[in-house]
Amino acid sequence: MKGSGNGRALVELVDVAKTFDVSPPLLNRLLEGKSRALLRAVNGVDMAIARGETFGLVGESGCGKSTVARLIVGLYRPTRGQIRYDGKRIDNLGAAPALRRNMQMIFQDPYASLNPRWRVAEIIAEPLRTHANGDALAKKDIEERVGGLLRQVGLAPADGEKYPHQFSGGQRQRISIARALAGRPAFLVCDEPTSALDVSVQAQVLNLMRKLQRDMGLTYLFISHNLAVVHHIADRVAVMYLGRVVEQAPTKRLFGFPQHPYTRMLLDAVPDLELSGKARTAVAGEVPNPLSPPRGCAFHPRCPYANERCRNEIPKLKPARGWGGEMTDVACHGVEEGRIPARMTLHA
Amino acid sequence: MTPLLAVDRLRVEFPTRHGTLVAVDGVSLSIAPGEVLGVVGESGAGKSLTGAAIIGLIDPPGRIGAGEVRLGDRRIDNLAPEEMRRVRGREIGAVFQDPLTSLNPLYTIGRQLVETITTHLDLSMRAARRRALDLLGEVGIPAPERRFHHYPHQFSGGMRQRVVIALALAAQPKLIIADEPTTALDVSIQAQIIALLKRLCREHGAAVMLITHDMGVIAETADRVAVMYAGRVVEVGPVADVIHRPQHPYSKGLMGSIPSIVAEREELAQIEGVMPRLDAIPPGCAFHPRCPCAFDRCKKERPELMNAGATRSACWLVVQ
Amino acid sequence: MTTVAAPSRFAVWWNGDIAYSFRHAPVAVVSAVVLVIFLGAALFAPWVAPHNPFDLATLNLLDALTPPHGVEGAKPEYLLGTDDQGRDLLSAIMFGTRISLLVGLAAVALAVLIGVTLGLVSGYAGGRLDAFIMRAADVQLSFPAILIALLIDGILRAVLPRSAHGDVALIVLVIAIGVSNWPQYARTVRGSTLVEKSKEYVQAARVIGVGTPSIVFRHLLPNVLGPVLVLATINIATAILVEATLSFLGVGVPPTRPSLGTLIRIGQDYLFSGEWWITIFPGAALVIMVLAINLLGDWLRDALNPKLR
Repeated sequence: MKGSGNGRALVELVDVAKTFDVSPPLLNRLLEGKSRALLRAVNGVDMAIARGETFGLVGESGCGKSTVARLIVGLYRPTRGQIRYDGKRIDNLGAAPALRRNMQMIFQDPYASLNPRWRVAEIIAEPLRTHANGDALAKKDIEERVGGLLRQVGLAPADGEKYPHQFSGGQRQRISIARALAGRPAFLVCDEPTSALDVSVQAQVLNLMRKLQRDMGLTYLFISHNLAVVHHIADRVAVMYLGRVVEQAPTKRLFGFPQHPYTRMLLDAVPDLELSGKARTAVAGEVPNPLSPPRGCAFHPRCPYANERCRNEIPKLKPARGWGGEMTDVACHGVEEGRIPARMTLHA
Repeated sequence: MTPLLAVDRLRVEFPTRHGTLVAVDGVSLSIAPGEVLGVVGESGAGKSLTGAAIIGLIDPPGRIGAGEVRLGDRRIDNLAPEEMRRVRGREIGAVFQDPLTSLNPLYTIGRQLVETITTHLDLSMRAARRRALDLLGEVGIPAPERRFHHYPHQFSGGMRQRVVIALALAAQPKLIIADEPTTALDVSIQAQIIALLKRLCREHGAAVMLITHDMGVIAETADRVAVMYAGRVVEVGPVADVIHRPQHPYSKGLMGSIPSIVAEREELAQIEGVMPRLDAIPPGCAFHPRCPCAFDRCKKERPELMNAGATRSACWLVVQ
Repeated sequence: MTTVAAPSRFAVWWNGDIAYSFRHAPVAVVSAVVLVIFLGAALFAPWVAPHNPFDLATLNLLDALTPPHGVEGAKPEYLLGTDDQGRDLLSAIMFGTRISLLVGLAAVALAVLIGVTLGLVSGYAGGRLDAFIMRAADVQLSFPAILIALLIDGILRAVLPRSAHGDVALIVLVIAIGVSNWPQYARTVRGSTLVEKSKEYVQAARVIGVGTPSIVFRHLLPNVLGPVLVLATINIATAILVEATLSFLGVGVPPTRPSLGTLIRIGQDYLFSGEWWITIFPGAALVIMVLAINLLGDWLRDALNPKLR
């Protein structure tokens, strides 16, 4: 793994699960005879993110990737499993809040992630004030730091006096990044940070994020439904489907030699500029309702290679040797049994 | 051959108390029968307003300030609302981004389909129902007879968009205007819907004006593409040429900034700055403040579309 | 490079959408002018009013029931005539307006304080606390303000000695009207809180580690106050009317310090025996003031509505 100097991952998830109770109220259940409804948003995920790398997490809606992000930063508490930062647990109640200061989050919606009534300088200074825990911070020090952060993300220190609505979407994302960096975190969770931005603005923000990573030695968890963006920015990628990781590999390997049938289907579905006109396998079906997932492997109703075992047994994420000769982690009986044929790599 | 749709120097403006804002400034396009024209641009470029103007759905205080829209030989931008309503649906169909708001949540989709069909075509109720069921089958709704009686909320997002496409095709229009039809859908569903739209329009002989910010969708679907910036068309031409050999500096920047799942790029091409706001559009070429190749003429004179090899580009570099 | 001085904050506000909308809405401008006159009269009554209607020593019973200017029998020093105790009606109206506005503003301030706080707590906490507060609001709404005022008033009269009645009358009024009005603010604020709570800037604050009180009062509060302003404006009008009604019924302010409602009641007995001015003038003043507040509140609601802009 890139950057894992001492072999220990910076952020680790061990068999993490999160279940939401979305049952109708008690009265309705009694009167209408409805049963409890449990949403297993995340259903046993193992992950290890190395220091300094960009770990990409992809999947379609309902796969649980946003829930994973919120579990890591502590917006939700896991129903099961452990989350560790630098080897120490952070998911339990007794965890030291100081550990959490090492991680920050960047959100998808540039219009809702900044308080419209606060000035930009106040927004960026908030982590500084919160972490100071009541100690008086010199106003001048805060001003200097905020100004420096604004410059780092490509804005002017004078912009601190303005309100968020005076900025464009891309500029607001830069402000979000500046806020996230104010507390000097080592780890940033980025939940679809460029999905709401225009393509050329997206390029600016992605380039900025890469530069900041180089300059400050940051580690990113980059979540997106946009495979092209993840291909561009991530070192390793995990693909999620209905709450589980189905495949995990270094980027080039995953995109060049996808093993899991879902990964292949996903890659086939992406309309790409370089590939227009190529023949593709037809894409079948839709993501099932997460409230009532299929038995066994969640993907089996849409999988051309499903057999009896797939319909009954949930596959575990295991290392497998792909037809390119390299190892990937795949959760698929078909791959384990060698039933999935090789295919032409997308890379010409 | 007369084009199916001809837009000539269209201008859409919004009078405000600060002055008149011009959101679409002298846009000219044409679509041949059966062709798929992509209209691509970033937010604020005016592409959605162009589509809305063609179909007559500009909300006041916005209005068409100048220019003409012709469907075949007939001018449609100056029709009375009642006549425009007849054109909409019968001759031009529409597919919008959000299937939730395109369908009336209070009526079954069967009823909405039949209503559209009987409004525009002279068919009996039974024939209309038959046609509605056929359409549902064509767009890939399983068990059409049963789902005929379902309400929009009983369908998933992808299924709803299929119903919207069925509605758009119901009265056999010659032109479909699709505004971001797949943006709100998952990647795998997007691919299905794009393929469906392409196939059906070819089978029904309908031309498509596909408005989107997603260049990948255009690459898959369109025959020709027009790139819009700040309310103007900056480049237009066959899809492969615009994507792989763009002539206009904005198109070049745009294509270079799109990441790919195949190609390796160290850094994405970056266009400095942001698209100008409507009240601050620069004189001359609207792109000149951000253009790496701008020179004197660009700041003073606004370029029209000029032949630049396989495409037409609104850039003074063409005649340099 | 020359720098242009940045426009002053006032200049920015004056050119902004709300001030522009105000300047171009004649109804709003007229209402605002009327209100300013009333406010001025109320504020400066002790110095501006021609007489002091509360000073019993200056009252001359012989001057009672003098008609207003222009009617036969009028006296020049009593512009709008006098009531049955010889109080100058113009001065009484000015001082009465003072009381009405005082009670109205204080009652609304109390309602806003209770309502906004409970709404924020209810919306942010959710769960059982939310359910409890909302049920309390529902119960509160089942009782009309006047009934509650009568109830509180009755209890306090029974508990306190007679001499204290006059002093506490105003406080009782303010509490009664304020307490009966908090649910509407609580509900509105709770709704806005629920919407804002799920926005990402709140989540960002939680990730940063900001404590709950900070999130509620520094992040959420500024964003949920918009609708409150409009409600409060219109609520002042209803509060004034409730106070007038209570005074009219005899359970509001003591009769020695009459408010507009009291004056209307006093005049009611004389309405059909020819001394119409004792009811009509205070009544007209009340109606005009409440109308102006309502019209201004209507304009404000439309001006602040982002969808209409």
